[in-house]
Amino acid sequence: MSAGIDVREPVEQILAPLPDEEPPRRRFLFSGWHLMLLPLALVMLAPMVWMLLTSVQTLAETEHFPPVLPSGVRWQNYTDVLQLSQFPRWFLNSMIVTVVVVLSNLLLCSLAGYAFARIRFFGRDVVFILVLATMMIPFQVVLIPTFLIVRRIGLIDTLGALIVPNLAGAFGIFLLRQFFKTLPVELEEAARIDGASRLGILFKIVLPLSGPVLATLAVVTFLWTWNDFLWPLVTISSSNNMTVQLGLLTFQGAHKTNTNLLMAANVMSIAPVLVLFFVLQRYFIRGIATTGLKG
Amino acid sequence: MNARRIVQSDHLAGWAFALPAIVLVVVFGIVPIAWSALMSFQRNNLLAPPEWIGLDNYRAFMNDPLFKTSMVHAGVYTVLFVPASIAGSLFVAIALNRRIHGIRLYRTAIFVPVVVSSIATAIMFLWLLDANFGLANWVLQKFGIGSPAHPVGFFSSSDGALYSIVLVTVWGWIGFNVIIYLAALQGVPTELLEAATIDGAGHWSLFRNVTLPLLGPATLFLVVFSSINAIQLFDEVFFLTKGGPGTSTYVPVYYLYTLAFQQGIAGYAAAIAYVLLAVILVLTVIQLGVGKRMVYYAS
Repeated sequence: MSAGIDVREPVEQILAPLPDEEPPRRRFLFSGWHLMLLPLALVMLAPMVWMLLTSVQTLAETEHFPPVLPSGVRWQNYTDVLQLSQFPRWFLNSMIVTVVVVLSNLLLCSLAGYAFARIRFFGRDVVFILVLATMMIPFQVVLIPTFLIVRRIGLIDTLGALIVPNLAGAFGIFLLRQFFKTLPVELEEAARIDGASRLGILFKIVLPLSGPVLATLAVVTFLWTWNDFLWPLVTISSSNNMTVQLGLLTFQGAHKTNTNLLMAANVMSIAPVLVLFFVLQRYFIRGIATTGLKG
Repeated sequence: MNARRIVQSDHLAGWAFALPAIVLVVVFGIVPIAWSALMSFQRNNLLAPPEWIGLDNYRAFMNDPLFKTSMVHAGVYTVLFVPASIAGSLFVAIALNRRIHGIRLYRTAIFVPVVVSSIATAIMFLWLLDANFGLANWVLQKFGIGSPAHPVGFFSSSDGALYSIVLVTVWGWIGFNVIIYLAALQGVPTELLEAATIDGAGHWSLFRNVTLPLLGPATLFLVVFSSINAIQLFDEVFFLTKGGPGTSTYVPVYYLYTLAFQQGIAGYAAAIAYVLLAVILVLTVIQLGVGKRMVYYAS
């Protein structure tokens, strides 16, 4: 599976600003593919558009059949969610957990990835195979014992339960190791001769060259952590410590009939990953293309 | 010579760099894998000291209709989800793989659902497919399917709930597959396509005999990856149907969750997890074995 297909070039092409490169002669030519792509895009966007529209409706409008468009924009739904529920708290919890997990993965996986790529140490290859093995194991296999371990450490129903087991992961170690191995070793060698420490080489030479792969790891880890559901579900019970995903579950239970509020809460839960997607689309796509082809 | 000096042995530095990550991977990865295997031979309610019962948990599968039902549902779901999402995404990727105006907007529309969490997706669809006020039922009634008195009850009908979950998850995953296919399509050498065109190949022949074989590795990856995901279906079932109506959407991971964390039958749950792992391994080996004969690797 790790055939090492280089996806960087295809990824650049997916993202290349295609229309501007069109020869002017064909610029106004209508393509029949629009007839297929436009309905397709609308179908894919429909659930999200309908969520957005419902999130600014009045309660009466949501309970109307046939469905109606919102008569005005009722922003109050959003402030209601923020005031009536613990949504701000859940959002903050998710942010704390996600940011800590992302930063920690960047640091710890860089260190480990560099060691596996560049330093020969006792037991390295055996340990690396063990790391890879954990990547292949489905989560439900480790779910119950991990719960017991986290309970033993005394982290159940704290944000620590969501943070500590995820501080570093096999995926990040593997991703960074593979990338570091592609870097030319001469630069590091030169710095070594100049008396730089290994830590200095990693932080001053290797990591500055690794921007794209670090961004990829950050985006993928952010998505996984923000969107995770099963693990928070088994470890967190009090509302104060819930993440946004668990909060949505609670909110849905408490406000089952206030669809407009539920949709407003849902929009706010998606907002961070959506912003991330639009700002870092390149790295997001690279993340999928690399997990895809090198998984 | 130079290359060798930076990659030299340095046991202390190596372990110092890798130790924090290794400790985490061992404590929250390796240890649970072994512990879970151990638990599958125990009676364990997560509170009282566990009791060794040998193979009893594995024997219990024989007399557990809900286990069989769950496995059958996982099978049905996988058989529907994997071909639907892969065929659908191949079609979409081919449509998206061209230089026309607005192509980036189209791509964004297809990619966006990938970042939306399973719970947020489920909430959207719960509303979209709502029996009383849902947009989908309104559209269906325009086409004469169902009526306000008898709407299509997507998640509330035991015949349709599993299919509705297929629909929701295909929407959520199609963009992921499309990205994989687009990357593979961009890798198809244009010289090859031009050469075939000069030789008189039509659009269909070009696709069937040049493009499709070159997409083989991507397809094989997607089949393996999607199957592994499909067998582990949980979030949507938990949020949308709780395994219901009745037991019509019970799937193994949901069953395992209820056993371990609601009923305190964790040993049996661990045995289910290991059976699932075995199923996934066997299925993956078969898929890779069959794929190896069918897939053409260009390099």
